[in-house]
Amino acid sequence: MMDIFTQVRWSPYVVGVGIGILSWFTFLISKRPIACSTTFARLSGMIEILFRGGRVAQKPYYQKVQLMVDWQMMLVLGVVIGSLLSALLSGDFRWQWVPLIWASAFGSAPLRRIGVALLGGVLIGFGARWADGCTSGHGISGTLQLAVSSWISAVCFFVGGILTALLIF
Amino acid sequence: MQTKKTARFEDIPTLLWGLAFGIVFGFLLQKGGATKYDVIIGQLLLTDFTVLEIMLSAVLTGMIGIYAMKSLGWVQLHPKSGSVGMNVIGGLIFGVGFAVLGYCPGTIAGAIGNGYLDAAVGGLAGILIGSGLFAAFYPRINQGILKKGDFGDLTLPRLFKVNGWVVVVPVAGLILLLLYWLERAGL
Repeated sequence: MMDIFTQVRWSPYVVGVGIGILSWFTFLISKRPIACSTTFARLSGMIEILFRGGRVAQKPYYQKVQLMVDWQMMLVLGVVIGSLLSALLSGDFRWQWVPLIWASAFGSAPLRRIGVALLGGVLIGFGARWADGCTSGHGISGTLQLAVSSWISAVCFFVGGILTALLIF
Repeated sequence: MQTKKTARFEDIPTLLWGLAFGIVFGFLLQKGGATKYDVIIGQLLLTDFTVLEIMLSAVLTGMIGIYAMKSLGWVQLHPKSGSVGMNVIGGLIFGVGFAVLGYCPGTIAGAIGNGYLDAAVGGLAGILIGSGLFAAFYPRINQGILKKGDFGDLTLPRLFKVNGWVVVVPVAGLILLLLYWLERAGL
């Protein structure tokens, strides 16, 4: 029975259904949908406060999202822990600078990959805030609620992503 | 309403539930392979449909369960407000970043837990910088482009002026069809 948890991979359908069921409970118990990107905006603001002082919290955007330690921030922290736990149980944990597909196309130099990851991260951070959500918040939670904002966002995530990936590779 | 300048926290039980849900979410994502650059890029290159299979299964299950609980009066929906200016432009920018980084905000947290240092160092710094840049831009675009084609927190049932199930059932059918087709095509 414990073998299940030490498996390296589960069927995507099992995982997906699991996430769907998890959503039932977040709605029922915490009255909110699974979402992740606002947390990074809050973290960014909180870090900026360390450098530039409390007035950062007065910025209109940070007044809108509220710089605080909230449910979603704990969820994102939980994702790190849960993933670590799963990887350790299956032996899948490893320190790795450069992913395989990347290395075979662009070489295994860590600095180049970090630079590109940084650029990609900037676009993800900026785009997620512009669209007010990411692949969890819009892509899963929003689409399952049949929200128009989320369906439009999800389609654009993938159109943008697929076109760019095909261009890059 | 809290107006103090000290750090603010939601109440402890709420924070603990968030942590618990996150641990399960992260565990599932990692088991699904979604914390891996190769899997995500494989999806965007249309050679590995794991990500779509996970997301569609989640939407199918979540949608039916949550609309059922809504009919029972157990939960309320929390659809995000949006506009053409927000969701199309933001979505496309995100999409480009998605392909360049190879992770998203949720999976980057998972990737960090998996030991992937490009996520922990490059990606994380990038997301924080990008979010901060948006916060700086926000006052300039908030009343302009972000409001273009505003439709608020519209849902598909409200758009078509029908009961939720009138949309849920066909969407569920379409998702099942798409998943079946993907399986048959060996993807």
